[in-house]
Amino acid sequence: MTNSPLTPGIVPGRLPADKIAANFADHEAALDRHEAQVAADRCYFCHDAPCIAACPTGIDIPLFIRQIATGTPQAAATTIWSQNILGGMCARVCPTETLCEQACVREVAEGKPVEIGRLQRFATDTAMASGQHPFVRAASTGKSVAVVGAGPAGLACAHRLALHGHDVVVYERRPKPGGLNEYGIASYKTTGGFAQAEVEWLLRIGGISIKTGVELGRDVTLDGLLAAHDAVFLGIGLGGVNALRASGEDKGGVANAVDFIAELRQTGDLTTLPVGRDVVVIGGGMTAVDAAVQSKLLGAENVTIVYRRGQEKMSASGYEQEHATSAGVRIICNAAPVAVHGNGTVREVEFAYTVDGPDGLTLTEETFRLKADQVFKAIGQTLTGAPDGAAVAGGKITGLPPRVWAGGDCAAGGEDLTVTAVAQGRDAAEAINQFLMGVAG
Amino acid sequence: MADLTSDFIGIKSPNPFWLASAPPTDKEYNVRRAFAAGWGGVVWKTLGSEGPPIVNVNGPRYGAIWGADRRLLGLNNIELITDRPLEVNLREIKSVKRDYKDRALVVSLMVPCDEESWKAILRHVEDTEADGVELNFGCPHGMAERGMGSAVGQVPEYIEMVTRWVKQNSRMPCIVKLTPNISDIRRPAEAAKRGGADAVSLINTINSITGVNLDDFSPEPMIDGKGTHGGYCGPAVKPIALNMVAEIARNPATHGLPISGIGGVTTWRDAAEFMALGAGNVQVCTAVMTYGFKIVQEMISGLSQYLDDKEIGLNDLIGRAVPNVTDWQYLNLNYVTKAQIDQDSCIKCGRCYAACEDTSHQAIAMSPDRVFSVKDEDCVACNLCVNVCPVDNCITMVKLPKGKVDPRTGTPVGDYANWTTHPNNPSAQAAE
Repeated sequence: MTNSPLTPGIVPGRLPADKIAANFADHEAALDRHEAQVAADRCYFCHDAPCIAACPTGIDIPLFIRQIATGTPQAAATTIWSQNILGGMCARVCPTETLCEQACVREVAEGKPVEIGRLQRFATDTAMASGQHPFVRAASTGKSVAVVGAGPAGLACAHRLALHGHDVVVYERRPKPGGLNEYGIASYKTTGGFAQAEVEWLLRIGGISIKTGVELGRDVTLDGLLAAHDAVFLGIGLGGVNALRASGEDKGGVANAVDFIAELRQTGDLTTLPVGRDVVVIGGGMTAVDAAVQSKLLGAENVTIVYRRGQEKMSASGYEQEHATSAGVRIICNAAPVAVHGNGTVREVEFAYTVDGPDGLTLTEETFRLKADQVFKAIGQTLTGAPDGAAVAGGKITGLPPRVWAGGDCAAGGEDLTVTAVAQGRDAAEAINQFLMGVAG
Repeated sequence: MADLTSDFIGIKSPNPFWLASAPPTDKEYNVRRAFAAGWGGVVWKTLGSEGPPIVNVNGPRYGAIWGADRRLLGLNNIELITDRPLEVNLREIKSVKRDYKDRALVVSLMVPCDEESWKAILRHVEDTEADGVELNFGCPHGMAERGMGSAVGQVPEYIEMVTRWVKQNSRMPCIVKLTPNISDIRRPAEAAKRGGADAVSLINTINSITGVNLDDFSPEPMIDGKGTHGGYCGPAVKPIALNMVAEIARNPATHGLPISGIGGVTTWRDAAEFMALGAGNVQVCTAVMTYGFKIVQEMISGLSQYLDDKEIGLNDLIGRAVPNVTDWQYLNLNYVTKAQIDQDSCIKCGRCYAACEDTSHQAIAMSPDRVFSVKDEDCVACNLCVNVCPVDNCITMVKLPKGKVDPRTGTPVGDYANWTTHPNNPSAQAAE
């Protein structure tokens, strides 16, 4: 191993294997029983609790914490899963600091919320390790539903449909199910192959088959699915990436952050994954943070996130921003890319300072350049592959033909979060069930 | 999910969790919400005789003590029986029962100690189609000064007499609620049984003053500079209640008499403990007054999981621990344990050391780098270190196997032997 953080260019193995392994270990250790007990004892069991209202899936948080406190984490997990079948993943990746934990009355009172996310993980991990699966499928209805996309929305929808006794076929374009849980989240948030383990656990409900490598529009059509199934759910996510609209962005070394994250997640030996010495990430969301932090953890010497508006407008939470800066990532705000310089491959990125005024964002005359051998674009994903017949507005599916539902990032409503996708998938399944058993049944 | 269906003296309910006669069950609004939340049964707050309604104080009627993080551990009250007109309560009871035939609805009663008063109220209650009556011989404050409540419950002869009146004048199942403010709980239970009671329920509240205002020099809760003793309940009273339940359950004179367990039941585990000691069901009050009706969901899921894990039914749990409640003299003196500290879970606070070194048997060693270890040669297995340790299961008691030499006494662990045959027992020697 001859590379180091100082090696120029995009190269693998900047850090020794043991250092990389340590960097990509579980970034927040699981609570042990004692820690869980102490954390659970802090919950006040609030009436009509603000944390429940703040959870997109509406998990009965005080109840599950009380069930932990009384020594029944399995019952706690059932409480969680009955609202959010991907509660294990959400416990790991939810921005709890802007959801349940921000709403916690103890956050308001003491600036120290009950550790809801970590308690949720304790409950779901404990229950999954016990080997029990608390849900039993209803008798078969003979109805069949196609779910397009095996991401959080599709999986949540499929599980709820299967629970009601419907047969579900999930069509997934990628080789593995899980969607962004498998391909789009920082590795240290979901270690140990948890995304696949959770999918396997979820499938134990029965009645769900997953066909991978099948893409809507390429291998199957909406009409074809409607002919073969009684209803269709679209959870196709956002397949495209916004362009920088800066000159030179087609130069070598400029890549999509989501592709980098996906590649990283699918790389078994991270010492083989190349990364730049000077990495610039453009964007202000979770994807930007995940790409930047992981670049740093792979051994990049300098990693900078550049965001065009003020820091308070970054969609990455304060917690995530702090995580980035404590990992050694620099965050520059109020600057937008105007040009990518370099001879074939990127050498520098030029930015203009911005002013976020009443008339919108304007670029000032003043510019600066950042040295870069790798640039990641993380300025938002776009809807691609929406089938004919779907109405699209504001980059989201807003209307659908009969017998078709949609949820998750591709659909309008809510933030683009795993937990929101789960809620939408679950609720669509309930609507489909009503449709199948009421109108068509 | 285990079946939690309960049959208590012929009164059926979907689970063994009832709300005790108390402020939460004082009116239709509350009781309907409790049933909607999942409670299996309700004992309606105590009704009195017809006439001008009871009057309550208009200042604070509750006082409390708290643990760390202001967790409510004990609650005291000076509220009297219902202060709403009798006919309103009766109408509401009838209305609720009509809509909740699957739930238990028992009516608590407290009227003057004459047969006519009891006959009159029983006729009214029968009209409501309630499932049974509970005789409130327990409240220690206010009503006792008027010859009711614990004033009756402290005199076994009165208990027997009134219970008999009730059984003679009504076909309804009758539960007698006992006061703990008495020296031997077995006597009132025996009296209730002699009088024909179908069951006893206990404990009612304990005489208490929760605190003193050190500026006004008044007991709490304070009413215009004065205070009076109130009835104490909540998690803090549970051990007292468990013992009283067990005493009745193992007393040959009352063994098998159905018991409704009351006193600090807050979680499924508390309920299971009462039932293991002989209670056929439990009644809850302080926990819902602290956290609301919703807590029953945890009690249902927890008890159900426990029964599933144990692979037993609800009825198998009832009384399962009673044979193991015994007198001190029968405890095995050759059962030898030693404390053992799990170094991985020890957080090195040193509370075990302080407790043992200062107040017990100097059986814990402390190294310069704060490693705490048990000196088996000094450990008498008192359990104090276990009790003061902040980490659950960090210190445990490990049993010495038979034949192993106890380093403290230098003698090998022998077979079962108790005080009745111990050489130091003068009675044992006299018997030889």
